[in-house]
Amino acid sequence: MITLQSVSKTYANGVPALNDVNLHIDKGEFVFIVGDSGSGKSTLIKLLLRELQPSSGQIIVNNYDLSKLSRRKVARFRRSIGVVFQDFRLLKDRNVYENVAFAQRVIEVPTRQIKKNVPAMLSLVGLAGKYKAKTRQLSGGEQQRVALARALVNNPPILLADEPTGNLDPRNSWEIMKLLEEINKRGTTVLVVTHNREIVNAMRKRVVTIKKGLVVSDEEKGEYIDED
Amino acid sequence: MFSLATIATIASCIFLFGIFYAIVVNVQYTVREAETSVAVTVFFDDGISDERIMEIGEEINKRPEVSEVVFVSADEAWNSFKEDYLGEYADGYEGDNPLEGSENYEIYMNDVSKQHSLVAYLETVDGIREINRSDATANILTNINNIISLVSIAIIAILFAVSLFLISTTVAMGISVRREEISIMKLIGATDFVVRSPFVIEGILIGIIGAAIPLVAVYFIYTQAVDYAMNQFNVLSDILKFLSVQEIFSKLIPIALILGVGLGFLGSIITVRRHLRV
Repeated sequence: MITLQSVSKTYANGVPALNDVNLHIDKGEFVFIVGDSGSGKSTLIKLLLRELQPSSGQIIVNNYDLSKLSRRKVARFRRSIGVVFQDFRLLKDRNVYENVAFAQRVIEVPTRQIKKNVPAMLSLVGLAGKYKAKTRQLSGGEQQRVALARALVNNPPILLADEPTGNLDPRNSWEIMKLLEEINKRGTTVLVVTHNREIVNAMRKRVVTIKKGLVVSDEEKGEYIDED
Repeated sequence: MFSLATIATIASCIFLFGIFYAIVVNVQYTVREAETSVAVTVFFDDGISDERIMEIGEEINKRPEVSEVVFVSADEAWNSFKEDYLGEYADGYEGDNPLEGSENYEIYMNDVSKQHSLVAYLETVDGIREINRSDATANILTNINNIISLVSIAIIAILFAVSLFLISTTVAMGISVRREEISIMKLIGATDFVVRSPFVIEGILIGIIGAAIPLVAVYFIYTQAVDYAMNQFNVLSDILKFLSVQEIFSKLIPIALILGVGLGFLGSIITVRRHLRV
């Protein structure tokens, strides 16, 4: 499902972010990518979303070879990936329903279908009763649920979550993680970038540890490894 | 907020343009009206035949710079002179025409700056005794025309520069407002067309509103200004000529709409294009 072969990324200012990363993630897996600030986790997410191109190496995601993707095909590729960010990235001037429906409109789903899909997705994340609320009226946990609903409404086979609990309290963090686990059980491949030690250690999933741009550990049912 | 700023920018530019347009076309209209009253008058040799006078008239009429040739007979010339200058004192001349032999052609031009070449031609025509022309008037009108052209170019250049400055400022503001929205759309998998469409439609709507507001303002200002000028400067009514508001707006409406829609369209395209490469 996701394959990185000898992937390195050095920014234009000469700063190295990833160095010879090799990684393979199968369909239906739940994987944590952990590491401290500046380890290269965010660069990895940007490479997987094709926001950035690697300096060398090959990235294949959902059968798309990202280095050979034309600008037009980038949009099509991104439709096969759901993405959730630490800062939610919701449209602040629109309500909950509109934020989720927005993802469907972008890929030109008929309105009749949107009216069925969005309430179903809001029910899944527990926000069916708040579909009219403006996103700025919601708590952090609720906003992240909206972001999750938006990421999943197009039924992507892969979900990338970049620090999804970074702005949440422990209770909301756990609720979001339970939702991600539930989504994974339904067949979606889930990749979570985080530095939340407690959650990583409690969930006993595959853990890939990145340190200074290098993959230093890759364990099934792994634990969070400290920097030192 | 951004939309309001853009509407205000476009409306200001088109308002300035509308006012300037109304002034320029009216000045041009006044000058054109004045030009049509400038005529070259030609008198004929003594004893010239009526046939030759007609031939001369036909030849002059064929000249490209001539718009109209009017024949004034000696009797008409005398009657006009009596009316203009003598009034009741003309009674002593009853039965007499002191202007015998003063039949003439009044030649009107479509461009007074061509008077010189017309006179040069008339001097070569056989049968013409004398040519009366008004160099001073023609020169003044030609100069006014040249000044209007130069001032028009200068003001259009200034307006264009001001518009570009204002639009680049609002576009820069729009970029910061739209940055996040566009990046979210792109990360969700929107094509460039899908990202661009709502912004372009919004830009065009803003352009239409931005054009409509100054058109309404210029309409009221123009009708009020013309009424005021006609009442206050009644004495100058022969000189001051104003186009009707319909004549002004028949051209101003399409120009303003094209400008508004064009500016809104370009502004939105430029704003979005910078963020499509996500």
